[in-house]
Amino acid sequence: MMIPDGIEDEEKWLAEGIAGIQHNAFYMHRALDANNLREVLKYSAQMLSELRTSKLSPHKYYELYMRAFDELRKLEMFFKDESRHGVSIVDLYELVQHAGNILPRLYLLCTVGSVYIKSKEAPAKDVLKDLVEMCLGVQHPIRGLFLRCYLAQISRDKLPDIGSEYKGDSDTVVDAVDFVLQNFIEMNKLWVRLKHQGPGRSREKLEKERSELRDLVGKNLHVLSQIEGVDLEMYKDTVLPRILEQIVNCKDDLSQYYLMDCIIQVFPDEYHLQTLETLLGACPLLQPTVDIKTVLSQLMDRLSNYAASSTDVLPEFLRVEAFAKLSSAIGRVIEAQVEMPIVGAITLYVSLLTFTLRVHPDRLDYVDQVLGACVKKLSGKPKLEDSKAKKQVVALLSAPLEKYKDIVMALTLSNYPRVMDHLDNETNKVMAMVIIQSILKNTSCISTADQVEVLFELIKGLVKDLDGTDVEELDEEDFKEEQNSVARLIHMLYNDDPEEMLKIICAAKKNIMNGGPKRLPFTVPPLILSALGLIRRLQGREGDLTGEEVPATPKNIFQILNQAIEALTTVPSPELALRLYLECAEAANDCDLEPVAYEFFTQAFVLYEEEITDSKSQVTAIHLIIGTLQRMNVFGVENRDTLTHKATGYSAKLLKKPDQCRAVYACSHLFWVDDLDGIKDGERVLLCLKRALRIANAAQQMINITRGSSGPVTLFVEILNKYLYFFEKGNPQVTSAAIQALIELITTETKSDSTAPDAVSDPFFASTLRYIQFQKQKGGAMSEKYDSIKV
Amino acid sequence: MVLVLALGDLHVPHRAPDLPAKFKSMLVPGKIQHIICTGNLCIKEVHDYLKTLCPDLHITRGEYDEETRYPETKTLTIGQFKLGLCHGHQVIPWGDLDSLAMLQRQLDVDILVTGHTHQFTAYKHEGGVVINPGSATGAYSSITYDVNPSFVLMDIDGLRVVVYVYELIDGEVKVDKIDFKKTTTVNLVFL
Repeated sequence: MMIPDGIEDEEKWLAEGIAGIQHNAFYMHRALDANNLREVLKYSAQMLSELRTSKLSPHKYYELYMRAFDELRKLEMFFKDESRHGVSIVDLYELVQHAGNILPRLYLLCTVGSVYIKSKEAPAKDVLKDLVEMCLGVQHPIRGLFLRCYLAQISRDKLPDIGSEYKGDSDTVVDAVDFVLQNFIEMNKLWVRLKHQGPGRSREKLEKERSELRDLVGKNLHVLSQIEGVDLEMYKDTVLPRILEQIVNCKDDLSQYYLMDCIIQVFPDEYHLQTLETLLGACPLLQPTVDIKTVLSQLMDRLSNYAASSTDVLPEFLRVEAFAKLSSAIGRVIEAQVEMPIVGAITLYVSLLTFTLRVHPDRLDYVDQVLGACVKKLSGKPKLEDSKAKKQVVALLSAPLEKYKDIVMALTLSNYPRVMDHLDNETNKVMAMVIIQSILKNTSCISTADQVEVLFELIKGLVKDLDGTDVEELDEEDFKEEQNSVARLIHMLYNDDPEEMLKIICAAKKNIMNGGPKRLPFTVPPLILSALGLIRRLQGREGDLTGEEVPATPKNIFQILNQAIEALTTVPSPELALRLYLECAEAANDCDLEPVAYEFFTQAFVLYEEEITDSKSQVTAIHLIIGTLQRMNVFGVENRDTLTHKATGYSAKLLKKPDQCRAVYACSHLFWVDDLDGIKDGERVLLCLKRALRIANAAQQMINITRGSSGPVTLFVEILNKYLYFFEKGNPQVTSAAIQALIELITTETKSDSTAPDAVSDPFFASTLRYIQFQKQKGGAMSEKYDSIKV
Repeated sequence: MVLVLALGDLHVPHRAPDLPAKFKSMLVPGKIQHIICTGNLCIKEVHDYLKTLCPDLHITRGEYDEETRYPETKTLTIGQFKLGLCHGHQVIPWGDLDSLAMLQRQLDVDILVTGHTHQFTAYKHEGGVVINPGSATGAYSSITYDVNPSFVLMDIDGLRVVVYVYELIDGEVKVDKIDFKKTTTVNLVFL
């Protein structure tokens, strides 16, 4: 239970303490000036008594301590100068022990001890040993910690280290290490004991207070790391085992976590690498509440950086089998801490994988091993529910993609798909998108059918409905984004070798066809277009050089494409299918496959007749048919006639007269191809143009009747332009007389009273006339042609 | 000086995964005043991307576009020039310059920009100029073999327009330019 005004009281007590110190310090200074040892000791002991308080929190106690510390420095200078007080240091050491209370007594003893060591009248190790043991007398956590902190501070520069003046025959580094270790161990015990302290403190307050003190304890490890004489051997044989022993035995999670972290931060990475087994051996022995994964992550991070620092280091990693040790340590930790939630285990594997990718990127077997360990952990359990755990699995699977950039590396990891299997459908799709984005970003190429199979297995959540999902529930925007990503992906599947490319296309097709009607409109077009690219590369190929049958021929591929487009009827997607049939027809034309081209046109026409009912779509569709047909040169007379007859027939049957007119005059081009051996049937051209003219007339009359005014003469101007086109091409059926008549017709219509000036047809007619004028003035054969036309 | 980006026939994702990286790094927002697009983007993502390059975006409908409400043709005036835009699958025979000239007369424009053939062309005739920026992604075309990714940048300055064509050939961006000048009558002259 918190004392509500505790803080105010603490301030008061601190102020009182400081006042007490200042008061006694004043008298102590007077005594120092007078070289009065007796008085000095009396007032210094009184001053130090302020530190006997148990009312202050660590934070406040520290302030008090610092005041005392400053005063003790003056005291130390006094003790050092024997001429001032006339007592030998040995006697002084004895004298201060007569102080009444133990705490002041020990502070004074340490201060004298410092001078004693400096004087070299006794071996450093003896004095240090004495002091560190005497301090056992103070068992109060806060007071004891600060006392020992004082001891550590004053002894710091007096340790018998290599190169130190205090090192002698009997004083060795071992003694220095022993001293520091012992002080450390006692400080840790005191620190742990703090948690049982104080009935008036809440748990949070206690933890906060303990946190504030932790650096006092950790400092000792820092000192150890600074001792020159502590080489790898001593660290391995003495220092580390004793530190770990204390850490494990204290059974306190706060201490364990902090000190493990300390060890990792404070000692060199080279040492960690060489003592990996020992260090890791302590991990399973720690309290289950210790956040061991953060500790291990820190360690692996440091080792990763160490490995990256120089090329000489890497072989050491292999020699000490760092990966194997870390891997098995993590396994043991997970086993030992049965209460560890799944997210903890996976986070550990993520850290290990990060380490592996940084230190041993070429060892795909290691990477696969980590994934395998994760699979094992996830096996036998239901699919992951915890969102944090799911995020970690995504991080785990994304790491190799980011590192290798080439998806093919990830595809060779046998455990990769197995990890994905343990994800729920939602996360599976998230991961699939990550994979696709990685491929697109790095413009990786997937170049064998086997890799394609593996890839589609990984992204199966996007390509078909997984058990338990309902496509209807999906957000439309998200779904579109997913499917468009799959569509883009299809263009990354490529191989120069036609046989392999065909296998790739077949593998892709197989996977796509199971997608269901919602997915096909997205995934079928890229497949078809990719295959058409292959066909173009194979043009003219019937078999290989020996005349044998090979699978990758245009004919075979067209069959596959036909099946694929047919699947669009299940959606249904007639407009898309029509366009794809026409693309295939044109490709078949280029391959000289007349029956195949004819079949594709038939399919297109059937769709037009039966499925495309919207007038606007019909207009576009018929133009696409006419445009494609116009380019066909593979058809014999009969086939061509059938198709052109159909095309012109449908053109004339469009709903709106202007649409009819335009489609019909477009058909005129079906009968005139400007190639060497292209069709040039002047009569049928003229028939189309005349028919268009009749329709235009009818349209004009209709507007006259329904609106009482003349409609725009645009259609007539368009037809005029077509007349000019064929006239110039040399169609004998298109005469200058006909053109002249048309010009006059338009002129009359435009000038008639019932016609309003039109923003479209007037400039159009004007520029057409300008064109004629231009041609007349051109000179040569063109001028002659145009001579009889008057504008 | 007004910069107009003309591009089209990207066919994303049906025929290409994305614009080439080298083009994307060149097309930076804020440098271009207008974008005219012949069509066949095909998806909204491409529309949104173009909008980030320049808010004044004009698109005409290609036969594969997801958005069916783009207009069939569009005309706009930039400086002294009237521009016309149309995808081109509506003009038969496809790619036929005389037939395109007719469309130009019909729209009454100095510069007609069309696509569909995926082949860059810049053609001048008595009535004006017809420009085809090609396919910005180098997408497959039944009409043109060996399509290189290309787009056009027009610099309109008074009565003069400089047409820069950027083509990605064997991994390198090659630039070419053509000058057109307009007299105060309608005619565009090839410089």
